[in-house]
Order: sequence, then structure tokens, then C-alpha cells
Amino acid sequence: MLKQLLQKYQKKQIKIKSNNMLRTFRIGGIHPPENKLSAGKKITVLAAPKQVIIPLGQHIGAPAQAVVQKGDVVKVGTLIAKAGGFVSANIHSSVSGKVNKIDNALDASGYKRPAIFIDVDGDEWEETIDRSDTLVKECSLSAKEIVAKIAQAGIVGMGGATFPTQVKLTPPPGSKADIIIVNAVECEPYLTADHSLILEKAEQILVGTSLLMKAVDVNRAVIGIENNKPDAIALLQELAGNYKGIDIMPLKMKYPQGGEKQLIDAVANRQVKSGALPISEGAIVQNVGTVYAIYEAVQKNKPLFERVVTVTGKSVANPSNFLVRIGTPVSVLIDAAGGIPEDTGKIINGGPMMGKALMSTDVPVTKGSSGILLLTRKESERKPASDCIRCGKCIDVCPMGLNPTLLMNATEFKNWELAEKNHITDCIECGSCIYTCPAYRPLLDYIRSGKGTVMNIIRTRKATK
Amino acid sequence: MENKLIVSPSPHIHGGDSISKNMYGVLIALIPAFLVSLYFFGLGALIVTVTSVFFCVLFEYLIAKFILKKEPTITDGSAILTGVLLAFNLPSNLPVWIIMIGALAAIGIGKMSFGGLGKNIFNPALTGRIFLLISFPAQMTTWPLVDSLNPFPMTYTDANTGATVLSLMNEHALDKLPSLSDMLIGNMGGSLGEVCAVALLLGFVYMLWKKIITWHIPVSILVTVFVFTGIMHLANPAAYASPFVHLLTGGLMLGSIFMATDYVTSPMSKGGMIVYGVGIGILTTLIRLFGSYPEGMSFAIFIMNGVTPLINTFMQPKHFGGKKA
Amino acid sequence: MILIAIILLGAIGAISAIMLYAASKKFEVYEDPRIAQVQEVLPGANCGGCGHPGCSGFASACVKADTLEGLLCPVGGMPVMSKVAAVLGKEVVNTEPMVAVVRCNGTCEARPRINSYNGVKKCSIASTLYGGETGCSFGCLGFGDCEAACNFDAIHVNPATGLPEVDEDKCTSCGACVKACPKGIIQLRKKGPKSRRIFVSCMNKDKGAVARKACTNACIGCGKCAKECQFDAITVENNLAYIDFNKCRLCRKCVAVCPTGAIHELNFPPRKEVATPTADKVQPATAPKAVTTTAPKAEVKAPAAEIKASEAEKKAPVAEATAPKISEETNQNKI
Repeated sequence: MLKQLLQKYQKKQIKIKSNNMLRTFRIGGIHPPENKLSAGKKITVLAAPKQVIIPLGQHIGAPAQAVVQKGDVVKVGTLIAKAGGFVSANIHSSVSGKVNKIDNALDASGYKRPAIFIDVDGDEWEETIDRSDTLVKECSLSAKEIVAKIAQAGIVGMGGATFPTQVKLTPPPGSKADIIIVNAVECEPYLTADHSLILEKAEQILVGTSLLMKAVDVNRAVIGIENNKPDAIALLQELAGNYKGIDIMPLKMKYPQGGEKQLIDAVANRQVKSGALPISEGAIVQNVGTVYAIYEAVQKNKPLFERVVTVTGKSVANPSNFLVRIGTPVSVLIDAAGGIPEDTGKIINGGPMMGKALMSTDVPVTKGSSGILLLTRKESERKPASDCIRCGKCIDVCPMGLNPTLLMNATEFKNWELAEKNHITDCIECGSCIYTCPAYRPLLDYIRSGKGTVMNIIRTRKATK
Repeated sequence: MENKLIVSPSPHIHGGDSISKNMYGVLIALIPAFLVSLYFFGLGALIVTVTSVFFCVLFEYLIAKFILKKEPTITDGSAILTGVLLAFNLPSNLPVWIIMIGALAAIGIGKMSFGGLGKNIFNPALTGRIFLLISFPAQMTTWPLVDSLNPFPMTYTDANTGATVLSLMNEHALDKLPSLSDMLIGNMGGSLGEVCAVALLLGFVYMLWKKIITWHIPVSILVTVFVFTGIMHLANPAAYASPFVHLLTGGLMLGSIFMATDYVTSPMSKGGMIVYGVGIGILTTLIRLFGSYPEGMSFAIFIMNGVTPLINTFMQPKHFGGKKA
Repeated sequence: MILIAIILLGAIGAISAIMLYAASKKFEVYEDPRIAQVQEVLPGANCGGCGHPGCSGFASACVKADTLEGLLCPVGGMPVMSKVAAVLGKEVVNTEPMVAVVRCNGTCEARPRINSYNGVKKCSIASTLYGGETGCSFGCLGFGDCEAACNFDAIHVNPATGLPEVDEDKCTSCGACVKACPKGIIQLRKKGPKSRRIFVSCMNKDKGAVARKACTNACIGCGKCAKECQFDAITVENNLAYIDFNKCRLCRKCVAVCPTGAIHELNFPPRKEVATPTADKVQPATAPKAVTTTAPKAEVKAPAAEIKASEAEKKAPVAEATAPKISEETNQNKI
């Protein structure tokens, strides 16, 4: 039935109701070219490689602690590392085979971090996992049990931030959520992983959203999605009628709409205050991939060990969306998309605005890898910087209302008081400032460095009080 | 793949904007005004513009290479733009040697002595014009006569001269003013670029479309001048000309659209731009109506350029989320 | 008329002078005159190397303290401290002179680049992004934040090796470069008698094989040096050896046994020739791959190569095929 619906919407040119009434966030923003080369491509399941490298620090917070040793036999879904603290997450094996070693490996951070190496042997899954395709709508668990199951499955934010989900779903005492916002925006150019997931698993996402609503005791949810995905919007709008309290809100295209604070501003018209968490405005935001993982975890007992990754780039032979096991080296994905092009300049883990450039293709895919982008040498050129011409364009586009050129100056001349006074810690590192600057100044590079220093200063100040 | 992978911090793409794109964009926006100046002032306009551009580029190259010992950046278009804007502020019968001194003042004093592009406090073209106005007041205030039925006159320093609208208003000779339609298309005396409001407005629309400038500064200047001269005109119509006359004469249009919006010398945040524009409007009106100079725009912009750093410090952009939690 | 002007200006001048004098007396801040006396004898560089805010800060600290223990001006050293002690009538405390030491020998030859960095060329910014352009993520990035931080022109990045080099005559051990290095490679160590010192020139904590693959001058954590040291000065932790400069007696036994040449000795006289079992020994810091202790062996081999070469020349037409091979062999001998 899903296939028929999909075909119906992809053939028709569906007009989204009232284009001019589309909402978006109020301050700043840019419009980079979309380059969605892999849009509309069905998700291809990629077979497990010969060896997976699963880093223990795939999430924000304390790294997980390994519970297996060299020589242990594991199945798909076996717990291999336990959460290392309150803000941490479990890690499960994505393959069946034998643990080769636990050693340092190069990961997307650019440094060598502890990781578990598993030699793959067959594809045996844990018996508790329900592998059938049938949609399971009912859930008899209580809110606490749902959150516990999410924690147990090691689910983290899959938009790229990798914040452990169970921590987000347990608000601090005194805060109560009143709206769940599902982030289906995918504002980064080139990436289409979330789009393809919605087209194939729309019902599961809606069930996942209802589970989330139950988990935090909220009766309103909004799925925010950008206007460049009309087929997904139409599909969700048709199916959402069967689910109580879920609205689909198409949004005007603007980067960085997928940023948590910007999305809350766009959907609910509330701006989170400087230094506060989104829960202070009553909103909980989850990426649509995370919501799907929650459905699988709660309804199918499937922990998080695979995700959809877009492999794309102007010179890539077959830009595609792959369903990849965590720990697969990036080289396997690139080969599956047609091999590494001759004129590759950069390989980026993520999108072109906020992704991290990789040092080598042996780096593994982790829970937060939404895409692998291969930029040509020409696209990777960084023109030389000149002096600031005080045009103010960076100020126009900053989505947090900061003054990037002033913050860069403050960092360069180590004026930490000025930087702190001008809210350098609020920077979300979206990159809109460098994108816009006509003098090619490395604004964000300095601001990122200054932000780290100022946060350290604030931390030491709080500790010595 | 023999070449090494490139690693650098995010973001990895750029919007493609550059300093030269913006400067050449402004030059394109000035083309209608240049064509009109050729129509009304003929040979004189051509000589003044070409001389001014040549000397501005030459001086920037020489100063950068031999005094500052840096790589000259004449290809980014900012020296050419200074040359054109300086020319548009001069009468078309100005001798070459005076233009050369003006270019030296504009580039040498107004721009390079501060350290080059991005570091100057005052608009370079304006610096050159004010320098010339104070050093050569006679030559800078004798304007050639303009006749719309006699286009492209082939006269230069030998042109017949007459009074401009502003000097007439300064003498309170309001009955001798040309009609509004004449003023709109530029059939009046004045410096090269300031006479034709229509051509300048065309340039304004082009720059808005190409996102080179935003509406805030020109609109706030024009609205402020309109309101203040309107009040004075309503109070005493015999002594003060109508606000429409004020809007169309003198360097108001040229100044508000091209000179006050210079990136380096105007404030960066939107609120700051409005404060800046209102300040220029008030100062222009005061000098025109109550000062002894007929033209107040240059001095008004110059003074507000000096206030810009203060505006930049106090008018920071609107922060996301309002006050700190 | 002139008279009125003169009287008027004189009166204004007198009134202003009185007002200034009154203000200077009313708002005066008392300062111990000894602080100014101490400040006179200080170098006046205001480098902060003493740990106090500028020379005036150091002077007031000296005046307030009971003894001069723990107070040292690194720029002026003992001569200046003796003068300060004389001014204040306190005892001068002897402290060892220190010098900045760069603990990385990952030259361009030893540590090949595996990617190309395209961001801002500053160590502080590059280190937040990733481990650097080479396979060793602990080593020097080479962008010169240390050079920029030095107020005394004492440290410069050598473009041939890509590493900073300390000019020990100019170094005042103020510590600015130590703070500037985001990887903690530079350390203040004792200058040593006759400026002699020994240190491990490596920061790599990866396992031996991984470290060696990234850089041929790396410390592989084999521990031979720690076993050899009779003074307990060397500890090996996390695959990296470290020499405690307070315990080191400069006997140089560790330098002799290190298989990769990661331990460096500075300003020592050259050793006597000793036929050692292992080849591939490295001379003190500067030359990355020169041969010293195996000199006899090399000399023996070289003539043989020369003979081979001359034989090849005799067979000129045929030799062209073999000549390239021979030059390869002689190159290998030199390594």
C-alpha cells in the first residue's frame, strides 16, 4: 500500500498548500545551492564488510566502556559496550563474528580513539530482535519503560550531534515539555538520507513520534520538513491523519533550519534564550532518523547498529543512499558508489557546511554519520583571505544574531572579555559567516577556537567560586 | 589517487561572493548616471571621469608598491570605484591638475594612510572632494550651464557657467528655480553624477537586486531630509523650498545611494545603519537651511563617518533569544 | 592689548597649575618607594616570565615577600636577582637557569605528510581540527605559534625541517612558547652545566610499531633506556620514555642504547669511535640521517662501492644498465 501511495505522489506535481504562508526562523540564514544529487534514490542495503571498527566514543558525553574482550563471539545486536556515565550511550555490535582486538583507531575526530575491531563471520542476529516488516502500532509500555528501552538500545541523536536520547527525554526537575518537534528538515546541501528514509518508512516514523509523545507525556507533535521535498510532505500529510496530535509543517527553505534552536523558532515561534536548553521553552527536538530508530528499538527490540548514509558528490559515479552497518569503513561505501573519483579533493563526513574533513578512508561510519561527501579539487579550494571590509554581510546571515567579525577580532587579539560579552558561546558553528564573507576571512575557524577558550574560562570560574 | 586529501575546518563550500564582485557591481550601477553626464556635460564629463580613475588607480598602485611595500590590489575594483565617485562629485570644467591633486588626497590621505581597503575611517572619494572644495573653492563652485536641447557639448574648461539650484536657494531666490520635471531628469547645473535622480535610482534598484547594499541607509537619509525640509517648508513656504526640491537637488541622491553606503565607512548592523542615515539627514538639512554652505551632504556624511565606530560599538545586532536567560 | 592677553593667559595657567597640584595631592596613592628602586634594576621587558604581571608586579611581589625564595626573573637571571637582593637587603637565592626545549624531531624527511592542510596556518586552530598533516598526531604542527609568542627572538621554525629551533643564548625561559604550544611539546628544562642536556625528543604515545610507521625518529617505548639508566631518571609510560632533568647526571648511556635515536644530547663533545653491534645510530639533534658511530663500517663499504663504480665505467656500454642500481646501493649505505 505504501508503494502505491509513493507512486501516486511521485507522479503528480503536488502543490503544497499556501506557499507564501510558509514559516522559517527569524534571524539570519543563507541559501546554498541544494545539489541533492541522490534525491529519489531508493535505499540500498549494503552488506557487512570483512571487518568493522566500532569506536567507543560515538556520542557526546563519556565514552562507552567495552564489555567484550579479544576472542569473544558476538551476534548482530549484542551489547559490546556499556554507557560510561549518565550522559553516555550503549553500543551494540552491528555484525556477527569474533572480536579481533580493542585498540586505538583513527576516527572522524582526526585523532586515534579506542575502538572495538570485529572480524565478520556470517550474519547471525540476536533472537530477541523482530526482523519482520509488519508495522507494529500498539505499545503497552509506560513512559518510563519506553525511555528505559531507548536507553538500553543505545540511541543517540542521528542528525549528527549524537546526544544520548534518553538524557534528552528525561528533563531536569521543574521543566516540562509541551511539544515534540521532529526534525525532517535536512537543510544541508547534498544530503538526502532523511528524505529517503521518510519516503520508505513514513508510517514507522509516525508510530515512533507517537511513542515519543507517550514517553514525555506530550499531546502535540509537529514534523518540520523543508519545502524541497514535496513528495515526502504529501505522503506524511496523508498518513498523519490516522495519528492523533501529529501535524506536518512544511517550512521555507533556508540554512541552517535544521539547527535545534532555529527549528523551534520556525515551528513554534519561540526563541531559546542564550545559555538555556530547548526544554526551557517546552520543546524537545529529535531527528527523523532518531525517531525511526526509536520505533525499531521499542517495537522491534532492535538496538541501534545501522543507519542510512548518503554517499554523494559531483564526480561520484552513483550518488546513493545506503543502509550501512555502524563500523563499516568509509572506503567500502565509496567503492559501492562507484569508486573514488580521480579529482577528489576532500572527503567529508557529513554535509558541506558542518561536516568534518577526513584524513583517510579507513575511518569508520558511526551513529552520527549522515553522509559521505566527495568534493572535487576545484570545489575544495579556499581562496586567500584579505582584510575585513566591514560590509556587515556576516552579521546579516548569522542565525544566532552574533557579530562574527568582532568575535574573530576578539579571538585573534585574545580579548576574552569582549568575546564573552558578545555571546561567543552561543555560536552553533553553522558556517554561514564564512560562506558569505566576500573577503574570504576564516571567521568560524577563529570563533571556534575562541569559543573553546572562553568556555574553559567560564568553567574554571564556576569551579573556583 | 596520487594527490593527498585536503583537510580543513568546515564549512567546505563558499557562496562565491567577493570584494571585486561588489565593487564592479557598484560600477555597473553607476553606468546610467555616467551616460546622463555624457549627455549633459559632454567632453568635460569624459575627461574628468577618465582622469580621475586613471590617477586614483595610479596612486594606489604606487603607494602600495613603494611606500607600504605590499602587493598592490588595484584589480579588486575599489580604486576604480573611488575614481568614478570622485569624478561624479566634481564639476565638468575642472582642470586636470586639480583632479590629480584630488585623486592624491582621496587615495593617499583618505585610504592608504590608514592602511588600505577596510581600514579607513572616512570615505576616500568624499575626502578628495572636501579637500578640493576647501583648497580650490572658486573652481569647485563654478558649474557649467546645462541645456537639454544641446546634448554632448564638446566643451571642457571653456564651458559657460551658471548657478545651481542649491546656490539659488542659498540666496533665497526661490522663484528662479527650474521645474521639478527638469530637476528629475537632470536639466540643471551641478557636478557630474548628481544631476539626474532617475539614473541614480536605476542604479539603486540594480544594487538592491544584486544584494550589494540594503535599503536601510538611503531610505533613512531621504525620509529624514524629506520630513525636516517638509516641516520647514510648511512653516515658511516663502523662505524654504519644497521637500521635493531638496530631494532632487545637490548631492543628496548621489550621496545617499553611493557615498553613504560605502561598506568600510558605514555601520554594520541594521539598527546602526538607520541611526547613521537619520544623522546624515539631520546634518544635511541643518547645513543646507541654516549653514552658510549651500551644500551640506558631503560634510554630513563625513561627520557621520567619524561617528560610525561609536555606532558599531553600541548598536550590536539583535541577539537570538533576547536577553540572557 | 598684549598686556591683557599675557596677564589673562598667565592667570589661566596659574589656576590650572594650582588645580592640578591640589588634585595630585588629594588623589595620591601611596606606593612604597622601594618598589620603584627594585623596578630600576629589572630588565623592563614586561614579559611575564616571572609569573607576575609585568616588572612592576614582580617588584611589588619582591618588596612584599619575606624572602626571595621562589622569585626569579628569568630574563635577568642571577645577576639581576643579586641586585634586587642588594636593594632590599635580603638574601639572594640560587636557582638553576632553565631553557626551552622542543621535544619533537619529526622532520619533513622522518615524518612524511599524508594529507594537505588548507585551513588557517596557526597551531592553536589546526590542533582543534585534527592531529596534523602527518601520521603522528602528537607531534609538532610547524605553523609557528611558538615563534609568534616569543618576545626575545629566541625560537624560529626551520623551514628545512619544519620544526622550531631554540637559540639558547637568547632564550630567557619566560615560558611564553610553552603556553603557546597547544600540544605541550615545548618544556622548560634545566640548561645544565656547560649548557649540556639530554632529553627524549618525542611525544608519541602510540604503540611502537604505529609510532615508527608515522615517524622514523619516534620513541617506540622499548624501555632499553630505562633499563640502562643507573640513576632512575627515566620512566616509560604509555609507550613513551621521559627523562627527569633533576635526576639526570648526563652520563649519556641512554643515548647510546636508543634504537631509533629519539634521545638527544646537546652540546656534548663528540664520542670516541666504538664498534657497536647495531647499525643506524643517529648523531645529536641536527642531522636527521647522518652516520657517525658506524663510520668505520661505512668507510669500508664505500671504497667497495667506488670499485664497483669504476669497474662499471670500464664496461661503459653495458654499465649504463647497472649504473643506476649501483647508485642506489651507495645511497642505501649512507642511510
